[in-house]
Amino acid sequence: MSAPRPPAVALEGVDKRFGAGDTAVDALTGIDLTVAAGEFVSLIGPSGCGKSTLLRIIANLIDPSAGSVLVNGKPARQARLDQDYGIAFQQAGLLEWRTVQANVELPLALHGLGRAERGRQARELLELVGLAEFGGHRPSQLSGGMQQRVAIARALARRPALLLMDEPFGALDEMTRERMQSELIRICTETRAAVVFVTHSIPEAVFLSQRAVVMSPRPGRITDVIEVPPGTRDEDFREADAFYATITEVREALRGRTREGSP
Amino acid sequence: MLLLALILLAGAWELYKLLAPDDGVSIGDSLVLPRSDDASMPHLTRVIEVFGEQEVAGVAGGGTVLASVVDAVWYSLRLAVAGFVAGVVVGFLLALAMQRVRVVERALLPWVVLSQTVPLIALAPLVYGWSGNLSLFGLEWQPWMSVSVIAAYLAFFPVAIGALRGLSSPPPVQTELLAACAASWWQTLLRLRLPASVGYLIPALKLAAASAIVGAIVAEISIGLSGGIGRLIISYAQQATGDPARIYAPIVGAAAMGVVAVGLVSLLGIALRRYQPQESV
Repeated sequence: MSAPRPPAVALEGVDKRFGAGDTAVDALTGIDLTVAAGEFVSLIGPSGCGKSTLLRIIANLIDPSAGSVLVNGKPARQARLDQDYGIAFQQAGLLEWRTVQANVELPLALHGLGRAERGRQARELLELVGLAEFGGHRPSQLSGGMQQRVAIARALARRPALLLMDEPFGALDEMTRERMQSELIRICTETRAAVVFVTHSIPEAVFLSQRAVVMSPRPGRITDVIEVPPGTRDEDFREADAFYATITEVREALRGRTREGSP
Repeated sequence: MLLLALILLAGAWELYKLLAPDDGVSIGDSLVLPRSDDASMPHLTRVIEVFGEQEVAGVAGGGTVLASVVDAVWYSLRLAVAGFVAGVVVGFLLALAMQRVRVVERALLPWVVLSQTVPLIALAPLVYGWSGNLSLFGLEWQPWMSVSVIAAYLAFFPVAIGALRGLSSPPPVQTELLAACAASWWQTLLRLRLPASVGYLIPALKLAAASAIVGAIVAEISIGLSGGIGRLIISYAQQATGDPARIYAPIVGAAAMGVVAVGLVSLLGIALRRYQPQESV
């Protein structure tokens, strides 16, 4: 905690254009965003606003057409090669032929970690997501929520300073979803990782984040950034007035009633 | 299951022979159901007996029909296996190239498909023509190599198509994950694409095994290579007037070859069942 950590993500003037000529689509224009180390930021907006594209640009899975992308103070490509972030998608995407533990070990194995060390770390991570006794199972033997926990454990495998999550709870039922949100808060507190979290659920964005970044489509851009009042994220927070007030604020921002156009 | 199907088939054969008139059933001048006399449809017991008979007097050694069928099967099987292995390697490498570079896929795939529309019969003499004119690394081109090349020519196709589908089968979430883990192309191949393709490869290999055998037999006949099952089919067919049951002996041998080949691939499938989505052996 002593040395000041560089921002987890620093985006400046990021544009993304798909295609060329008359059929070109501006997926993102003029994105400026900084996510501090350890900060939890949600990207929220309707379909087609480019929030998943933005996440993939941060992850260096696609290149921006213009602008600069720094992750942990490094160019995005270097950050990817250095494994400075972990990533989880809407589908768990577990490899069916590997056991649960071997799935968590995958990023470690790709980086040439020894078998014993790999196993030890994977067991720790499974413990962290509450699946300690399922290491030997096949992914197909697990429920959707449990598979998603495995995916999160896998994303955390390299102890990244940044977690990128693309609607990771989007396919889960409401009950499981709320439990997973609380789990994620606990995990982030323990690992002190910054998170960029893509969602289209307003309560989810408000519950999880310190800031909710509101985006709008055609062209994809940031229209608003809403601070969520601090407070312990427990079940009481879900009933708190501040929670509802912020939900209303985000909803209105999404409808474009307030401060249209300002970042 | 295989045994049951075999018994049902044998039952149907004998039942038809029992019930249908010897001359078959004709409407007007055209025969609509085949003849069932002994010359056209020998009893199955006769077919089995044939295997125990002596090869026609005058042929060297005087071994049984069974012995010459087994010899021929062994000979053809080796040629087919050589072709199968070559076909699998070529097919897989083509699939890898097509998966790796999109342009290669667009350039190559139509030719791969087109290659299978060329009639084998037309191709065989062409390949045979190489013998005598071609020597690789001081190795003289042998006629049997032509047979294996033609077997490979049939075998590579299902492997190329199956492997291409299998290697491209991982969903974006998995390929993106590997990319996010900074996995190299080689690591992605080994840890993701290859294991994911097993479910597509096993059926493709079964097809390739069967194709290699058909290719080898047809090529033997077309080229006129003796020693294999293809030659035996021709020579027994020429004796068919004297002994109508005899022609079935090499056919049974060829079928047995197919069963063995596909069975071996199935064993491979069982060994790799961990990588296959559910049981599909």
